[in-house]
This record gives sequence, C-alpha cells and structure tokens, in this order.
Amino acid sequence: MIDVLVIGGGNAALCAALMAREAGASVMLLEASPRQWRGGNSQHTRNLRCMHEGPQDVLVDAYPEEEFWQDLLKVTGGATDEKLARLVIRASSKCRGWMRKHGVRFQPPLSGALHVARTNAFFMGGGKALINAYYRSAEQLGIQIRYDSPVEAIELHDGRFVAARVPARDLDGGRRPAERIEARSCVLAAGGFESNRDWLRDAWGQNERGEWAADNFLIRGTRFNTGVLLRDLLEQGADAIGDPTQAHMVAIDARAPLYDGGICTRIDCVSLGVVVNRDGERFYDEGEDFWPKRYAIWGRLVAGQPGQIGYSIIDSKAVGHFMPPVFPGEQAHSLDELARKLGLPEASFVQAIQAYNAACRLGTFDHTVLDDCHTEGLVPAKTHWARPIDTPPYFGYALRPGVTFTYLGLKTDDTAAVRFGGKPSPNLFVAGEMMAGNVLGQGYTAGVGMSIGTAFGRIAGVQAAAASRGAHSSHNRGKHHAIS
Amino acid sequence: MPSADVPIQAEKARAVETVDLIPLLNEDEAEVARQMQICNACRYCEGFCAVFPAMTRRLEFGKADIHYLANLCHNCGACLHSCQYAPPHEFGVNVPQAMAKVRLNTYGDYAWPAAFGRLYKRNGVTLSVATAAALSLFLLLTIAMQGELFPQGLNGNFYALFPHNTLALMFGAVFGFSLLSLGIGVRRFWNNLSPGSSEGRAKPAAALEAGGAVLTLKYLDGGHGEGCTNEGDKFTLWRRRFHHFTFYGFMLCFAATAVATLYHYLLDLPAPYPVTSLPVLLGIAGGIGLLIGPAGLLALNLRRHPDHGDARQRPMDRAFIVLLFLVSLSGLVLLALRDTSWLALTLAIHLGLVMAFFLTMPYGKFAHGIYRAAALFKSSLESR
Repeated sequence: MIDVLVIGGGNAALCAALMAREAGASVMLLEASPRQWRGGNSQHTRNLRCMHEGPQDVLVDAYPEEEFWQDLLKVTGGATDEKLARLVIRASSKCRGWMRKHGVRFQPPLSGALHVARTNAFFMGGGKALINAYYRSAEQLGIQIRYDSPVEAIELHDGRFVAARVPARDLDGGRRPAERIEARSCVLAAGGFESNRDWLRDAWGQNERGEWAADNFLIRGTRFNTGVLLRDLLEQGADAIGDPTQAHMVAIDARAPLYDGGICTRIDCVSLGVVVNRDGERFYDEGEDFWPKRYAIWGRLVAGQPGQIGYSIIDSKAVGHFMPPVFPGEQAHSLDELARKLGLPEASFVQAIQAYNAACRLGTFDHTVLDDCHTEGLVPAKTHWARPIDTPPYFGYALRPGVTFTYLGLKTDDTAAVRFGGKPSPNLFVAGEMMAGNVLGQGYTAGVGMSIGTAFGRIAGVQAAAASRGAHSSHNRGKHHAIS
Repeated sequence: MPSADVPIQAEKARAVETVDLIPLLNEDEAEVARQMQICNACRYCEGFCAVFPAMTRRLEFGKADIHYLANLCHNCGACLHSCQYAPPHEFGVNVPQAMAKVRLNTYGDYAWPAAFGRLYKRNGVTLSVATAAALSLFLLLTIAMQGELFPQGLNGNFYALFPHNTLALMFGAVFGFSLLSLGIGVRRFWNNLSPGSSEGRAKPAAALEAGGAVLTLKYLDGGHGEGCTNEGDKFTLWRRRFHHFTFYGFMLCFAATAVATLYHYLLDLPAPYPVTSLPVLLGIAGGIGLLIGPAGLLALNLRRHPDHGDARQRPMDRAFIVLLFLVSLSGLVLLALRDTSWLALTLAIHLGLVMAFFLTMPYGKFAHGIYRAAALFKSSLESR
C-alpha cells in the first residue's frame, strides 16, 4: 500500500506530493485530466502574492505581513479566517527557495503588470512552466503520477480515509477498469466546481427577471474542475465553508471560449471608459479604484445585469494604454453606429454617453494615480479617469462573467485536516481551491490563490506523510516544516 | 499604473533599397499575426527571449513586423511547453512552429538573385545536388590532370595537383559571390523592417549588445540560464554548446585559412605546413569543433519534440549539419593521409565538399545566423 495518495494535479497537489515525498513517504498522484491538460487552474496562473520585509530578488521594496493582511481583509470584506490567513501570508515569505529547488523560476513583472512588482513574484513562463517543473521534480523523486484518473468517491471509516475510487473509463481506444486505491493517508487537492454547469446553475438559481444567470457564465479555468470529489465529501458529512455563489470572477470578452480562456480574455480598458448594460445604461463607477484592485469585482457586477452582459466602451484616446485584448473590438465612427454594431438600443446608449460626457469634470488625466478627472451630478458617478467619450473611432467590447474558481470548499484548520462534525480527520487533508474559501470568503487579490495553494499544499503534504507513519502530528507541525 | 502603454510603431520611412513585398499577409504570416494577438494579451513568456518584449512594443502585426519576429525567434521551444493555449487548446498557439514557417519564406523572399530563393523550398535536395556536382567536378579534374585518383609521390603537396592560384580563384570567386548574395539578402530584409529613423545614436551600443547575443547565443539560455527545450519541457544547454562548437569551430577553420593566406603572400611560405604550424593547429582545433558540434546538433535534431519548429524544414537542417560534418571530417582525413597515395582522392573530396558548402551558403541553413544577427540588432536598437 502506498503511504500518501494525492488527488489532484495542480499546484497544491504537487506541493503536497513533493513535501510528502521529501518527508520519506511513498506517494501516488492522481490527475483527472490527460497529460496535456494537466495542472488544473495552475496552468493559467502567473504569480504568487508574497509577503517580504525588504527587497528580495524579483520583489521590490517591502510588503509586510500587516499590509498583506489588510489587503486581504479589504477584498474579502471580513469573510476570512485571520489565523489561517496569517499562516498563508507568513508561508508566502518563506516558500520561494523551496519552489526554486524544484525548478520553479521567477522573473521581474511582465510589461503591463508593473503595478504588482512589489507584491507579486512572477513565474518565468507562467503557471504552466511552474507545473512542468513540479512534475519533472516529482518524476525524478519517484512519485507515481497517473493521468486520466478522475476520482469519483472516497471511502471513509469514522472520518478516516480508507481508499479512493476511480470509475471505469475509455482511454486511448481501450477500456480501463474501475479501480479502488488504498493509501495510509490522503490529500484532496482537486479544485472547485466551476466547470460543473449544473451545480453553478443550482447555486445561482433564478433571478428576479426569471433568468438562470449562471448559464451565461464562461469559465476561465480548467474544464476538469467539476467538483465531483467536493460533492462526495460534502455528502459524506465533511464540514463545509463558503457560499457556492462566491468565486474569483472577472469580466471577460464575451467571445472567449467556454473553458480555459485564461488570462488573455480579460478586458482591461474598463477604467479608461464606461461600461453599459444591454439597455445602454451605466451601472457602476468604472473609476472607483486602480484596475488591478477592481478587476475581480466586475465579473459579479456583470452577472447582476440583465442577460449577464456588459459592454466596455472607449474612444481612441484610450488605445495603447491597456493590455491589448485578444479579440478586436467593434469599431465605429459614431456613437449610434457603435450601438448598432453592438446590438444596443441606439437612443438610450447615445443618451447615456452624452449624459456622461456632459458630467465629466476634467482635471489632469493620469492613469497612474487616482486622478481628479471625475463626473458631477451623474448616477452612478465615475470618480477617477473620467474623460468624455468624444474622439472617434469608438470601440466596444462585450463582457461576460468569467469564473476562475469557486470558493465553496471544505472547512479546515492549520493542519489542513478535513473536518467531520468539528473533528479533524486523522489522515485526510485538503489543499488548494477545495479549501481556499477558508481564507477567501469573497473577493480576490492577484496571486493569492497560489499563496493559499502553496502554503496549504505544503502543510497537507507534511501532515499526510506524518499520518501515514501513524504518528499523529502535533498542531504546529505543518507550520514548522513550511520553513524548510 | 495599470496601463500597458504600448507605443504604437513609428511610421515607416522606407529606405530606397527594399524588396517589393505584397502587403497582404500570406497564410503563414497571418497565422503568426493571429498568434501574436493572443500572446500580446497574455505575455507570460516575456522572460524567455527577445521575441516577446519586441511583441509588446507593437499593437498590430504587419508583414515587416512578422518577418522581424520570425527571424528573432531561436526556436528554443520554451514558450511552446509553457503555453496554456498550445494544442489541444482551441487557440492552437505554437509560436516556434509558426515563426519557423515564416522564417523559411523570408530567406526565400529576400534571396539574391531572387530566382535562387526557390532553392530553399527543397533544400535537402539543393544541398545534395550541389554536393554531388562539386564532388564530381573535383574528382573529374583530378583524373583529367593526373590520369588517376591515386597518383604517387606528391609528398603532401596539393598545389602539385591544383595550383594555388587556381584554387584561390575558384574558391575566392564562389565565396565572394556567396557573401555578396547573403549581404544583399540581409540588406533587403533590414531595409524592409527598419523604420530608418531616430535609431541612429544608439547604434554602437546596440551593435555591441546584439554582437554579444550572437557570440554567446544568449537566447538559447532560456532566460534563466538553464538552456532551451529539446525532446520535452526539460531544459538543456547542449543545443547552445553544440552551436558554439560548430560556430567557433568554423571560425577557427576560417582563421586557419586566413593565417595560411598571410603565410603564402606575406611570408612567401607556401603550403603544405607541418602539423605543428599555426594554420594546421588552428585547422585541427576548428575541425574537431566542426565534428563535435554538428554531430551533437544532429543527435539533438533527431530527438527533437515533433511539435518544435516546422517539420518540413528538417531535411534542410539535417543536410546542412551533415555537410558541415563532412567538410570537417574530409579535411582531417586529408591531413592524416596527405603523405600517402590517397592525397589526390581525399583532396578532391574535401575541395568538393567545401565548394558545395560555399555554393549553398546563401541558399541554405547558413543564412539563419545572418538573418538572426540582423534581427537581434534591430531588437537591441528598438529596446533602448
């Protein structure tokens, strides 16, 4: 029997597998996807939010624990667990040497992302390069890796992990029989349920307009996060955390693919123009704060609009001042032409833009600070970077809510143990998106998903290795080991 | 703060000497433009090489931009293995492959004389035919002059077979033509992509930087110093090292020839030279480099991941590698056997192979180094 079974194939799973192996355990990792889709949402990530007290290789200045904590507190609106959050924050300052040891390389921030040079360490080549490095290291260390192995259920006995069940499946033209895999301990790191359309539909339900809002969501992340294991654990009485409608959700190009659109489908010109709904009306302050601090709220804002669609409108003054979008926008030489091209009601759209233009109070436009260009007497106001939309050609981009990952997960503690009726399991642990909701009740801030996955993946790996030896680990063991 | 502030490319003041390119993108170029639009919205690969920083300086990708980026790409494969949009993703991004396809077209498009550009299309055949023809030429010449392939008593004196001036004239003319042809080709390439304005002052520093990138093969280091990919996502420095063996081996052989030329004309010391003389020592060192380098590159090429680059160009790559190897091998064999009756035969073979190499220089893989250097210079110019 193997010592530690890791279910999942992304960053958290790999961190757990590598740490467990380093602790001397024999490890098997089950990835649901085929090899070429391995890595879950981690393949779409690009950086790690890191606490640091002073300049550190690719990180400039300092990002102390308290500031990180305040940022997290702000974006979650208090829906977080301070103890676990601080554990993640501290771990983020100490994990990069270990990551490097396993082949992860860091680089200075990308062009167009300089605003996070202080807070985020970028992976050279992005998340897929990180995943490749971890898999290479795992193979080298003798971790058994099995692709195309989705776990459908866990066998538990009094809160103890006994075995995982993989259903029979068709593979490469052949039939692979169902399997029952036993292990002394287990780490669950199989992601959220964002790619389960039915579950999303149930969670969001029908709104006051009779719409099934979630039917109009696109998924930025992997198509393999269907939440099968999460549901199984919840049905078997594991303690849950989080609201099923809460997720990392951004506004993305409506033409993005249904799954795996990743980073490039983001539309980054919102704060340089206005956003209207399908009735041609504005609905939120586009200039509330810097875009990197606001991009993660716009998915939800668009989800609240009729038809779950929005339209980001700019004029030619904005061109070249934001990350170029992956698909070209609709382009027009007059506002009514743009309305026609976007399928918006002409009169109300033109009226909304004219009202906005008339309300603009121009100061000194500066996109790098919270400038003094704002609207007066307009509802909703645009509080910064408000410039009239008056210089053709005009451009419009249709927006849809793009879900990155869901926050409903398994409740845990600082040992990463899964809990049943408030009691921690002796040998079942959880990491990554399956428990991110403990720290992220709502909202998002760039790179924090990887901070949570790395911190808890490493703790879960150490705990699972210890549990497999029969040693019941002490409470602080994970934290202790995370320093190595 | 949040803006990318991408400077839109300066309008293009075209220099006089350009090739009239059809401004519409062909299929391969349109594919690069499509992929660059995706990459420019992602940018995760920015740390790997010079291609992606050059891309971020543009919002649109016209023909000249595409030719430039294609020649800047070293086909290291790092971005393919790191790409979240690589096949089987529906975006189907494979930058090294798309670039390789365009790159071959640019060699053909800019070749001089233009009609010879076609020689890139079936380049394996081109090199084979040139080699066969050149070999036949020298073997027949030998027979014509000596009456046989194994004449006795030449004592290593190959000028008794082919007079110095005959060789100097033949090889000088072909080499000179090849240099001219390559020079005109790369000049056309340069004039098409250079905006031709405002970049003057930084030139020496940019040239120094680009020269460094060429001589150290900076962009085969993966951006992190661990090298490029070959058969999978693992990094290796061997492609860079074998390129160095090949390049510096070639340069040592070139130096051997140059020193011998000085001996001949300045010191009135005609060949053959003893093994311990400078030209022979340089030649031996260079020859060994030119055996190790191409042999290693061929081994890597044979194990290369099938999605790397353009599979149709493998014959061109391999034919060139094999020809280089044979040039070196035949030279070393000639040195070993020069005092035997094998002199005439080995000399004819070596000269034939060298001639084939010179003849095909502007119409084969050799050109990649020249166009790459020009693209690197452009990249250094525009990044300051």
